[in-house]
Amino acid sequence: MRKVAIIGIGQTKVGEHWSLGIRDLALQASLAALRDANLEKVDALYVGNMMSGEITGQEHLGALVADALGLRGVEAMKIEAACASGSAALRVGTLAVASGMADLVLVVGVEKMLDTSGRETTSALAMAADAEYEVSQGVSFVALNALLMRRYMHEYGWKREDFANFAVVAHENAMNNPNAMFHLRITPEKYAKAPMIATPVGLLDASPVSDGAAAVVLAPADYARTLSPAPVLIRASAVATAPVAVHDRKDPLALEAARLSARKAYEAAGVGPEAIDFFELHDAFTIMSALSLEAAGFAERGRGVALAVEGEITRTGRIPIATMGGLKARGHPVGATGMYQVVEAALQLRGLAGANQIPNARLGMTQNIGGSGATIITHILERMV
Amino acid sequence: MIEKVADNWRLRGQRYRLEGEVCPHCGAVIFPPRDICPECGKPAKEPKPLSGRGEVYSFSTVYSPPEGFEAYVPYTVALVKLEEGPMVTAQLTDVAPDEVEIGMKVEMVTRKLRARGEEGTIIYGYKFRPML
Ligand SMILES: [Zn+2]
Repeated sequence: MRKVAIIGIGQTKVGEHWSLGIRDLALQASLAALRDANLEKVDALYVGNMMSGEITGQEHLGALVADALGLRGVEAMKIEAACASGSAALRVGTLAVASGMADLVLVVGVEKMLDTSGRETTSALAMAADAEYEVSQGVSFVALNALLMRRYMHEYGWKREDFANFAVVAHENAMNNPNAMFHLRITPEKYAKAPMIATPVGLLDASPVSDGAAAVVLAPADYARTLSPAPVLIRASAVATAPVAVHDRKDPLALEAARLSARKAYEAAGVGPEAIDFFELHDAFTIMSALSLEAAGFAERGRGVALAVEGEITRTGRIPIATMGGLKARGHPVGATGMYQVVEAALQLRGLAGANQIPNARLGMTQNIGGSGATIITHILERMV
Repeated sequence: MIEKVADNWRLRGQRYRLEGEVCPHCGAVIFPPRDICPECGKPAKEPKPLSGRGEVYSFSTVYSPPEGFEAYVPYTVALVKLEEGPMVTAQLTDVAPDEVEIGMKVEMVTRKLRARGEEGTIIYGYKFRPML
């Protein structure tokens, strides 16, 4: 197997893109990544996306985006794994380059969620859950996270307000990210007063639905330095799964697929959590941040929230998370989110994260979660120069 | 997406009678039925109706529902740990949201899940109420 590096990155602003269709968004991020890599052609294109069919009536995104980019005849397809679709596309691109079946690969994650009503988007998101045994009962995706949060608070004695810092820190970090959806500081008081979506999950526990696209260009690490002044090495790429339905998991609070994919990634990279300089985790809901920190080995069981309460998740804390705003404040265009995490991690590792730069960042980890924890994809990235 | 009439017909054993399976190899009780035992990985197709009794593992009151459930807001959903072992996701009924607590004993009842499915039919299924 060959080592794989990122030689170009690109992203659109996250937010409400009334004037851009799903093809336009994918095109903008892809062109930015190709420009950054100083390339016009690639051998293959993988598009990460969850709900284009349901929301925009458009599937077949691989050929659609390849054609828009003028990549006539190229291998291209859409990769879907619910909210982990972006990282799943990166995983496929990494396999293609590592195996030698392709040299230059473009990976783009794209999602358009704001052309439809909130209720339709809620229903489309619920498709990440078990249709026959969860969604049929009136359980929204938010409610599944709420069930986990309530149980977590019950088992470990945390209060709702203890989760506030996950949202406060994400919004603070987004202030310096020009591509973030929100540039708006929030306070613990504001968090406490936010209206309930599904108890105990309030509006400020949840990431927003968004439009956006982010892309990378991959190349064999051996000659990445000849193509890019600042390549980033993919030290590890790991996928793990768990039952789709929360009720089918032996221990719903364990986030078993996160533990497994993080362990596989640590083994592949030959490092442990103590070596990671920052962690772009999947903060779709505050409870997911707590469970991810525990599953990835940054906190003991039931203690993930303590890292937020004690300020250890800020840019100067023990394990900085959501350094460019995370899902909560950069925004969560579901199928693009995993690619935003990777693009932001690459910015940190190139030293281009501006006011949010983590000093001397060498190893960054991203973790993208599909559904309420069924598909979990971890990447460890390393600065090469 | 509103589910099809065919889905409801196909799942009638589960929806109306909470029909699960028992593994002939390790004795695990399985719900929903899946034909392969999640405990030992061997085939498990022996039907087993469940008692419908259990307790609340967690719960949430929903204010922002998916399509088809707008008329019922706010309603409370729960993870119910059945006394035979499996966990099931279902709505609670005959109880006010602020009276629900973790550990509360509940039992299954058949109730209307949604007024109208795709073809205007009424969809029935299991819900759980406080044990009488
Ligand atoms: Zn068995």
